[in-house]
Amino acid sequence: MLVVALALVTVGLLSSMLHLGHPERAHRAFSQWRSSWLSREGVAAILTYIPAGLMGLIWLFDWDTKSLPLLAILAALGASVTVYCTGMIYASLRTIRHWNLALVPVFYLAAAAATGTLLFLLILAIFDQVPLWVAISGVGSLFVALMIKRSYWYRIDRDKGNYTTAMALGIETEAKVRPLTPPHTMPNFVMREMGFRVGRKHATKLRRVTLACLFILPMLFVALAMTMSWAQPLYTLALISAAIGIIVERWLFFAEAEHVAMLYYGTDRA
Amino acid sequence: MTSLPAPTSKKLGLVIDLDICVGCQACATSCKEWNTGGYSAPLSDHDPYGADPSGAWLNRVHSYEIGEGEDSRTLHFPRACMHCEEPDCVTVCPTGASYKRQEDGIVLVNPDTCIGCKLCSWACPYGAREYDHDDGVMKKCSLCVDRIYNDTLAESERIPACVRACPTGARAFGDLGDADSDVSKSVASRDGYGLLEDFGYKPVNKYLPPRPRRNSNIEAGTQASETIPAADNSATEKLFAWADRVLSR
Repeated sequence: MLVVALALVTVGLLSSMLHLGHPERAHRAFSQWRSSWLSREGVAAILTYIPAGLMGLIWLFDWDTKSLPLLAILAALGASVTVYCTGMIYASLRTIRHWNLALVPVFYLAAAAATGTLLFLLILAIFDQVPLWVAISGVGSLFVALMIKRSYWYRIDRDKGNYTTAMALGIETEAKVRPLTPPHTMPNFVMREMGFRVGRKHATKLRRVTLACLFILPMLFVALAMTMSWAQPLYTLALISAAIGIIVERWLFFAEAEHVAMLYYGTDRA
Repeated sequence: MTSLPAPTSKKLGLVIDLDICVGCQACATSCKEWNTGGYSAPLSDHDPYGADPSGAWLNRVHSYEIGEGEDSRTLHFPRACMHCEEPDCVTVCPTGASYKRQEDGIVLVNPDTCIGCKLCSWACPYGAREYDHDDGVMKKCSLCVDRIYNDTLAESERIPACVRACPTGARAFGDLGDADSDVSKSVASRDGYGLLEDFGYKPVNKYLPPRPRRNSNIEAGTQASETIPAADNSATEKLFAWADRVLSR
C-alpha cells in the first residue's frame, strides 16, 4: 500500500517537474512558500515523504510499531495539505472566474479522497480482505465528490463573466467593440496556452463522460462488488473507469476556464 | 523573493496616448529588436517566415473597431506589462525568479532562476507575459532596464526602445510616483486610467483616452445640404450657385 502510494507520489512529482521549461532548476520551487501556492504544494509534498518514508523503514526492518498510527496520521495529513495546495494554485488566480472559487480546492480534496479510496479498495481486494466500511466509504466519497462537482458546474454556468472587451480597454462605450486587425497573424503563446478550443467545443459531452466514468460507473461497480465474492475485477474496472474520468475532468477543468486576457483577442465576456 | 517589496515612491512606467496612436507597430518591432539582444535575450521565433509563425514578443499592438457603420471609430491599442504595484504574477512565482524591484518598481523575470512553469502568465490579466519555447523561461517587458540606466548610451537614448521609436509621440516614459513629472501631469490633465483596476493589481502604466470626435458625419451632412440658391437668373448668380454646390460636396 505504502509502496504504491510513494511510487504514485514520486511519479506525480517527476511528471510535474518534467513539464517545466527548466526541470534541472525544480529545487528552486521550494523557496517561495510564503507567497506561492505552487511552492507550498512542493514543500508539502516533500514533507509528506518524511512520515511516509519512516513508515516504510519501520515496515522494512520490522521495528517497534507503536509510532505507526501517529506516522500514518501525519502522512495522511501531509497528503491532504498537498492536495489542498494544488487546488489553491488554481483557486488563487483572480484572472479566471471558473477557478477563483472556494469549491475548487474542496473538489480537489473530495476527488483525491474518492479516487484514493478506489485504489485502496483494489489493493484490499487483491489480498482478499475488503472490510464493508471501506467499500461503503468508497461509494460515499464518490457521491460527495459528485455533489461538489455538480454544484461547481451549476455555479460556473450561471456566471457569464463581469468583464467585457470595452472594460479591458478602459473605453466607456455602449457600442460594440470588435477586433479589427490582430497584433499577430497566427496565435501567440497567450492564445495557445489559454485557448482550449476543442475541449470547450465539446464541453457538454465531456461533462457527461466525467459524470459516467468518474462517478456513476465506479459507484455501480463498487456497489456490485460488495454483493459478490468475485470482486477483484469489479474493483479494477471501477479504478480504470475513474482514471479515465479524472483525466477527462482535468481536461474539462482547463478547457472551461476562460482567461480575462482573452478579452483582448475577441472573447466578449470573461 | 516573490513576496512584494515595501511600497516605494518611485514608480517607473509608461503613459500611452490612445488619441494619437496610429497602430504602426513601430513600438512592437523596436521592442523586439532591442530585447532580442538585451536583458531578456533572446526572444525566440519559430517558423518566422513560414505558414505558422510564432515567437515571444513583449509588446503587442491591437486595433479595434468601436461602434458600427458611420459612427464607428478605430482604436489602436498597444499592450504590454503594466509594472503593477501589487501584481499576482510576482507572488505566484514558486522560485523567486519573478520579482518587483524596490528601487523603481520595475517587474522583472530573472532568466537564470525561472523554471518555466508558466503560472505567472496565468496570473496576469493583461496577457503581458510570453513563454520562450527555446529558452524555457518566461519573457516580459523589462521597461528596457538595460537602456534607461545605461551610461554607455547617449542621454536621449536612455528611454525604453518603444518610446524612442514611436513616430507620433504616443508613448511617454517617466516616474508615475512623482506628481510633478510630465507623465503624471498628462495623466492628471487627460483623465488617464489604468487597465482593469477592479483586479486590484494597481497597474502603474496609464492610458490616455481618445478625445471625442470633432465633427461627426451627421454634422458634415447637414452643412452639405444647406446650399445657397441663385438670387436671380443672372449668369453670375448661377455661376456662384453652381460653385457653392460643387464646393459643398
